[in-house]
Parts: sequence; C-alpha cells; structure tokens
Amino acid sequence: MNDTPRVGVVTFPGSLDDRDALHAIAAMGGTGVALWHADHDLRGVDAVVLPGGFSYGDYLRCGAIAARAPLMAEIRSFAERGAPVLGICNGFQILCEAGLLPGALIRNASLRFVCEDVWLRVETSQTCVTAGLTPGETIEVPVKHGEGQWVATSEELERVEGDGLVVFRYAAEDGQLGDAFNPNGATNHIAGVRNAAGNVVGLMPHPEHAVDPDVGPTGGQPLFAALFEAALAGATA
Amino acid sequence: MSEPLHRQLGLKDDEQERIVATLGREPNRAELAMYSVMWSEHCSYKSSKIHLKTLPTEGPAVLVGPGEDAGAVDIGDGDAVVFKMESHSHPSAIEPYQGAATGVGGIVRDIISMGARPVALLDPLMFGPLTEPRNRWLFEGVVAGIGGYGNCIGVPTVGGEIRFAEAHSSNPCVNVMCVGLAKADELVTSQSLTPHVGSFMVLYGAATGRDGIGGVSVLASATLEEGADESRPSVQIGDPFAEKLLIEASLELIREGLLEGLQDLGGAGICCALSESATRAGMGAEVDLDVVPLREADMEPFEILTSESQERMLAIVHPSKLAAVEALCARWGLHTAVIATLVEGGTLTIRHAGEVVAEVPARSLADDGPEYDRPMTAPARIEDGGDPALTPFEGDLNDALRTVLAAPGIASKRWVWRQYDRIVQGNTVAGPDSDAAVIRVPGTLKGVVASSDGKGRYGRLDPYLGAMHAVAESARNVAVTGAEPLAITNCLNFGNPERPEVMWQFAESIRGMRDACSGLATPVTGGNVSFYNESGGSAIDPTPVVGMLGLLRDYRLRVPSAFPQAGLAVYLLGETAAELGGSEFAEAVLGQVSGMPPALDLSKERALLDLLVAAVGDTLLASAHDCGDGGVAVALAECAIGTGHGFAVSIPTDLPPHVALFSESASRAVVSVSPIDEEAFRALAAAYRVPCARIGETGGPRAVIDAAIDIPVARLAEIWETTIPRLLGEAV
Repeated sequence: MNDTPRVGVVTFPGSLDDRDALHAIAAMGGTGVALWHADHDLRGVDAVVLPGGFSYGDYLRCGAIAARAPLMAEIRSFAERGAPVLGICNGFQILCEAGLLPGALIRNASLRFVCEDVWLRVETSQTCVTAGLTPGETIEVPVKHGEGQWVATSEELERVEGDGLVVFRYAAEDGQLGDAFNPNGATNHIAGVRNAAGNVVGLMPHPEHAVDPDVGPTGGQPLFAALFEAALAGATA
Repeated sequence: MSEPLHRQLGLKDDEQERIVATLGREPNRAELAMYSVMWSEHCSYKSSKIHLKTLPTEGPAVLVGPGEDAGAVDIGDGDAVVFKMESHSHPSAIEPYQGAATGVGGIVRDIISMGARPVALLDPLMFGPLTEPRNRWLFEGVVAGIGGYGNCIGVPTVGGEIRFAEAHSSNPCVNVMCVGLAKADELVTSQSLTPHVGSFMVLYGAATGRDGIGGVSVLASATLEEGADESRPSVQIGDPFAEKLLIEASLELIREGLLEGLQDLGGAGICCALSESATRAGMGAEVDLDVVPLREADMEPFEILTSESQERMLAIVHPSKLAAVEALCARWGLHTAVIATLVEGGTLTIRHAGEVVAEVPARSLADDGPEYDRPMTAPARIEDGGDPALTPFEGDLNDALRTVLAAPGIASKRWVWRQYDRIVQGNTVAGPDSDAAVIRVPGTLKGVVASSDGKGRYGRLDPYLGAMHAVAESARNVAVTGAEPLAITNCLNFGNPERPEVMWQFAESIRGMRDACSGLATPVTGGNVSFYNESGGSAIDPTPVVGMLGLLRDYRLRVPSAFPQAGLAVYLLGETAAELGGSEFAEAVLGQVSGMPPALDLSKERALLDLLVAAVGDTLLASAHDCGDGGVAVALAECAIGTGHGFAVSIPTDLPPHVALFSESASRAVVSVSPIDEEAFRALAAAYRVPCARIGETGGPRAVIDAAIDIPVARLAEIWETTIPRLLGEAV
C-alpha cells in the first residue's frame, strides 16, 4: 500500500515547464515520474501531467504534432480508463488537438504573449483537480502564453456550457467576470475545461507555478492536492 | 571599376598586406573571407583591446575572467554563476524581430558553452522617441523578438532597462545579458578540458544556410547608412525550438563527460569556431566542408565558412566517444557531422569537393588580428546650456513630478515585460519590477542578483563620469535587495572608433569603468564592444552598459523596493547636492541636457552599499529603493506606486525645492523601517558613516512632500503605468 501518488510528467523535446511540474509535485508531497514523449511506457503512474512549453516547436499549430506523439496513444487509453490527466498550457493545447477535450486554443486577442498572475473562478468541483474546491471560489495562478484564447464552434460551446464542462473562468478576485480580467479574450472567459467524466482537465494558467509562496501565488496547491487524491483513488481501485 | 575584394569584405589595405605577409602569398577568396570576418572589429576587438586591457579583472570571487565565452564567479558551496552581455544592435536596426531574437539565442549559447544552465535573461534596450512611427516599429519588433525567442527556450527574462534618446532613432541599441548556473568544478574552459590529436570536431544543431553571411564584418563593423535595409539578408533567422534542443543536448553531453571542448557558433560561424577551438587546443585541423549539413546544396566554401546560421555548436570529441555523442544528439533530434580532425601543428587545412580551398594558421585568424591604438581627441564641449540647477524654475512642482514620471525612460515598462515569461524554472524571487532581479539557486537558500544599467545622457556630458555612474548605479540596484555586488560584465555601445572623438569617449568610459570597478571591488569578467552605432556622422551617446552580479546569502531576506505597509518610518540615505546636470528633470521639464553629471565619491558609494547589505542581513529594512533617475521625488513616488501605500515626508534642505526634489546626486537610497528597528538602523548607519535622515512616514492614499507635492498615489500610478501604452497608440 503506497500513499504517495506517482504522477507522470511528459517531456516533449520543447517542453519548458516539465521540471517545474516535477518540482511542484514533489513540493506538494507526491512522487514525480519523468516520462519521455517518444516512449510507449507510462511507467506505472497513477496520474499524468502534460506540461507547458512548445512540444515540437509548435510552428504549425500548438500541440498539433504532440497530439500524435508515440506516448499519446498510452495517454489516450489511460484517460479512457478514467485515470486523471491534467494538461497545463501547451498540455491543454495538446489535449484539445488530441480530441480529449473540447474546443481549441488560438492566438491571444491582443496578438501578444502575456505573462501575469490572474484570478480563476472555480465552476465545478466534479473534476480530478477541483474536488477540494467549491464552485464560486477564486484562486490566484499565473498565465504565460501567446496562444491561449479558448474558442469553440457554437454547437460545441453550447454543449460545454450546457453539460457543465467549464472548470475555470478568468475573473476578478471576488469572482466577478469581465473583459478586464480576461488575459487572452477567451470565449465566455473560459480558462479551463474538462471531459464529461471529469478525469481529464486542461487549463491555460500554470498551477505548477503557484505552489511556492516564495516565488508566486499559491492557488495551485488545492489542484495538486485533488489530483493526488484522484490518483490514489485510481491506484487502489 | 569595382573596389578590390578585400575592401568589399570590409578589410583595410594594410590588413590585406598583413594577410599576404602571414601567408607568404595572396589569399584566395575563401581565405580572404575568413580573415575579413575574424579580423572584423566585432570579432577581433582591434580598436578596443588596448583599452580593455586596463580594466580590473581579478578578485576573490572571479573563477573565469575575460577571454572565455563568458565570465564566472564563485558563490560558495562549489556553485558558480556564469554571465555575459552582448549586443545585437545592428541586426535589430535592420530587422528588429529576428535581430533581437537571435541576440538572445547567441548569448544563451555562450552560457551553454561554459557548461552552465541558463537561468535568467536581462535586456537593456535603447530606442529613439516613441513619437516617431519607425521607432515604435523597432520597439515593438525588438520586444516581440525577445519574447518570441526567450519564451520558447525556457529561460526567464527577469530584467533589463529601456531608455530613449533622439540619437537612437537610427541606431537602436539591443543588448542582452544571460546568467547561468554550474558547479564550479564542471565549468568548461580552455583549461578544464584537454583535447587530443586525432579527436574530432563535431558540428551539431541546425543546418548551415546562406543567412547571416558576413554579419560581423558587413553589418556589425560598419555604420548603417542609407540603403541599409538592403543588408536584411545579412540578418540571421532564429529557431528557438532548435536552441532549446541545443541547451538540453549540450548540458547532457557535458554531464556525461563526452566532450574535450565545446564552443558555440555565433559571429563568423564555422570559421570562428574552428580557428578558436584549434588555437585553444594548440593544434591545427583537417577540415572537410563537404560533410557540413547545408540548407542549400550549392553553397560556396566561403559561404559555408562564414555563414552565421543560428543554433549550432562545435564539440571536440575523442573518437572513442563519438558513437555516444551521436546517439545523445539523435535522441534530441539534432544532426551531427564530423567536420574536422585535430592535427599537430597549427594549420587549418580546409577541403571542399576534394580540393584544398584554404590553408591558414589557425592562430593568425583567432589571436593575431590587428590591434590599433587609434587617435583620440577630446571634442569641444558639445553644448553648453550651462548648469540646469542655475536655471530659474517657477513652475508647479506637482506638474513637474507628473511630467518626470511620464518621461518614457522613467515610466513603467510593464507593457514590455508582461510579454516575457519571467517565471519559468520556478526560481524568480524578484523580476523586472524590482531594482534588481533575484533568482534563487535550486536546492539552496542562495539568491543570484542581477541588474543592468547604462547612463547615456551622463555619458554624453562626461563619458568618464557616465561610466562610473553605470557601475555605481548597478551596484546600488543589487545592494538595495540586500545582495553583495560581486563582479560585472559589460556591453560597450559607441559610435565609429575611426573618429577620434568617439575613440576619446571610449577611452574615457573605460577609465571611468576601471576606477569605479576598482573602487567598488567589482571586477570585470568579460563583455562585448559594439562600435559603429552611428549614421550620417551622428553617433549615439557613449553608453557603456553594466551587468552587475550579486549574491544574497538567503533569498528570503530580499527586501522589496516599494513600501510594504503603512506606519513605517521613511529614511533618505546619502547627501543631496544641487546636481541637475543630465537629469530627467532637466530634460523633461527644462528641455536641457547640459551641465555636468553628478559627482561620484566611490568611498561614499561603498559605505552606502555596505550599509544596505548589513541592514538587510540584520532584517532592519522593510523596503529599499535606489534613488537615481528623477531624484528623491521619483524614488518616493515609485515606492508608493508599487503597493499603493502613500507617504508624508519633509526633506530638510537649503536647496530650492525643485532642486531638492529632482537632483540626481549619487550614492542615495530611500528605505522604510519598522518603528521597532529604527534605533538599531540609525546606529548601523552611523557606524557605516552614511548620512541618514528620517524624513517621514508611510501611510494614507496620497504622496505628500513638504508643501511642494500633494498628489493621490492612484493618480501617480495611472500616469506612470499608461505612458508607454499611450505612446504606442493603445486605449488605456
């Protein structure tokens, strides 16, 4: 019986926040396991994080090539078994490109890269990363991306909103919504979404950069805590 | 009748004669191309070397001084910090996005080739006024290029500075500094590794194309005149993804002990890397250009040799390790090619299509370039608008403060740094909104502290003092965080060294840097010279930019620059004299850039630095901020804007109010102190003999200075934050 979850972090050649995700997992009391994009081996992990960065350079469309990487076949069946998968920034883009999450990420409305701390309003606790949070609660987490504007077709948007698949929206600290709080022009201020089962979540902001108060906000802590719970639940199931 | 080939390539007639004497024959086209790039000002430092030799380069913390790819200092526990600054101004003036992007790529490779992981980037930039459309295009392009490259390679951009002056309209200055971390005993230097005869020179990374041919000689070592846009093909194109692969692969190659040498390819491309690597090894090399991976099949030998295609490295590998090196590079998706074998003697023999296309002594390219003691003349004093402190001023001081805060050089640069990833790697304790950046060393409590500073306006009035102030201000910016300044790198931005006035400015600046670095015990570990920043006979202000490195023993002690709360005592440290020469106030309010820059007493500066480090070490300070550009009025305003906590202070002085508020006297700082620490702090200041005046308290929503200034902090913040976006035509 092991009460430390094993959380895999996938390194693509252009991943940038893979080490940071491993550090955050360790800081939160988990065991980080480095996974390599070109392998076909999830090394027995209980959860998977797809980190930020530029997977294969992303000169085409962010995450488009990575969605077809060798390891993605394993991650797809891992997700289909109901195991927790979290995509952060580029990882979110990859999950959308792989069809595991709805919508797509396009260039920020400003056409500029943006790096700043933002507030996220939690929309549902029915996911592998928000189980410990209450809808309406806000958390502070940084964003840093050039292509983070979440968009969807009108049918898809209707389904996402109708089925409660929105996990986070950009908001003010008090939860109020408004363009001033939306760093990239995302549709309906959507910062993160989930699949129907809630075991696959993607978000543009970086919870792995929000666990250590010495270098940033701490809004990412409850996300990792919930991810660990989900990982352990899956591991013992 | 066209110019002889050597002149077309940027070589002077006497340099051509020197090449003939070295070879004992006329050089062929490939050889001439090689000498033209290696003997260019950019690569050979032929005009500056004689002056650079006078800089202090030794000190207890220095592990690696000038002469290697980057300098290195010891920060204890076997940890080393590697750092260097460079310019990419000429390419950026032609093509701002790619020019700036490849500047970032180049300095990062310098750090990698020392065996260090890059952990921080800083970008000192200088532009012409943003009221001109072309300057806005340059500004936005350079910022986008820095972000576009830096954000994709996983190295946080944590600092820098941006200044504006008319002379930069045609000549923007784009400097970039990179800081890396390594274990001291794993640094890669010419002493640390021993190449063998018969070892291979392995080129890895991107393929070689026709981009950037002659970049160092045609672009970087001549002035940009009319029609310079036609030089655009001499600007390199960056591929940050390839750079990211190079970083990871290179650090793994070093960690696995697979290398006998490592050098980045930058200016002068393969030619430079081959000749420098062979010279350092004390050997020659048999080179086969046919195996160099090319983007275009029909490249001429001289093109392959001098192409500045980006994202390439040259490793020296023992034959027994070659298979392991190839496998490791392949894992990262990088091409490798064995392009040369080290041989005894010192000759580079270069073959292409089965024929010897060049045969030259490696050392003659790398080390034996010309060295000039160029004539110098002190210019007749440029302008004498006289001492601005004597100019009568009857205006409203609130208006004056608003005007100075809205000067683009003073105003917030958030618009810029918001576009940079400042947090990747997870160690950014303080970023661009701090006087100096603080990066923690993973697994320790140590913080590496870095600041970059240049004082072009002071340099214009007096290059000696301008250089001294650049050193002193960057030391102060490091010390206000609580860190001890250790050493500097530099980027020396000047006009055409063939003009005696410019050469005089250069020599005076070096003299100032030498005196300040000696006085503050911060030796020079390396850097870069950027000449020919002029067009139409009009040069930029002499601007040596200093990159200061400091060490904070415990990063958790770091003190912020802004007032953290209400109810703190505010102290002004140092003395204020009537010194408005070259000040922001004189330029922004009086429209005068004249007089002399403030005086600088290095013993007083040293005392202030020591006091700041000691006071932070004893946890006596709640905040500390350099009092520099814009004087005490701007320093106080910035302390309040950062957190919204206002203040009410009274400045004891005999000076006229506008002089007291805006004088830029050196060696001063504004600190806030908790009431329970005041007694201890005053005793400490007395012990360090630093004048220390309690001028008031923090608190309330307003900024109040005597009867002169009374403005809501929110209003000051709005002015300060909206200036740059407004100049760029954005809705604010």
